[in-house]
Amino acid sequence: MKSAATTNEAALITRVLAGETELFHELIRPYERLVYVTLFAILKNEAEAEDGAQETMISAFRNLKGFRGEAKFSTWLVTIAMNEARKRLRKAKGAREDSLDDTAGEGEGKFTPAVLTDWREIPLEALERKELRGQLRDAVARLPEKYREVFVLRDIEELNQEETAAALGINVTLVKVRLHRARMMLQKQLAPYLTSETPFRAPGKPTRGFFGRWFL
Amino acid sequence: MNLECKHVWEHISGYLDKQLDRELLAAVERHLAACEICSAILDSTRNILILTADDRTYELPLGYRERLHERLAGVVGRARE
Repeated sequence: MKSAATTNEAALITRVLAGETELFHELIRPYERLVYVTLFAILKNEAEAEDGAQETMISAFRNLKGFRGEAKFSTWLVTIAMNEARKRLRKAKGAREDSLDDTAGEGEGKFTPAVLTDWREIPLEALERKELRGQLRDAVARLPEKYREVFVLRDIEELNQEETAAALGINVTLVKVRLHRARMMLQKQLAPYLTSETPFRAPGKPTRGFFGRWFL
Repeated sequence: MNLECKHVWEHISGYLDKQLDRELLAAVERHLAACEICSAILDSTRNILILTADDRTYELPLGYRERLHERLAGVVGRARE
């Protein structure tokens, strides 16, 4: 059964396509953040991300009749945002680094995480530090592009594996492999700041499902 | 099934995403219960994901929404407010 929000969304799309174009503003309101953050996490430049978010929404409007409702509207939007981000990245980087990315392979070798022996001494308050969020953003931005894309969609935007695979045009197995590599690369860079005996829960934000059992 | 540390590391993501089958899950949990190093790796990875999902990690620029709708208005028409 479809949720009320989805039904409402489908109705909005129908009305926009039927000529009530100003309703497009309402249609995309829930996804303003999703689109911006996708672009920012990939591009790591506020002005580029904002301009790209605007272009994404304009492109979504112009291509709305091509949205068939087979994917979720949010996934469809993220796919457009990701393509916009890729386009801008290519432009900024030029061809040289792209070819390096393409030949990098899937990192078949075993990965060694950061091993910490004195991990109980890291205070929980460390996670509240503003700098740490900056360090995480920087570390995400340093991930090789193909790992960063998967991490952004799975762990920032919280798309599921199938949606992520569809948005990136890769298979689910590759999504899993790249996500694991991305997380382990981040762990290696950030572990000295992030380890603590008890996982941290962000105040005022519900814990995501898969962490639930750890807080019982 | 007894796992070495390096094998547990390969399953950290699958563990966090609850994608391990029953036998592998039991083996990973047995290992984690006895191994502080792997527990620390799991904790730090989980903390990265918690921090990633925190809205304060990626914030919208001031005035972003207004500028977005302003630009859209030129393309689709004004919203009914």
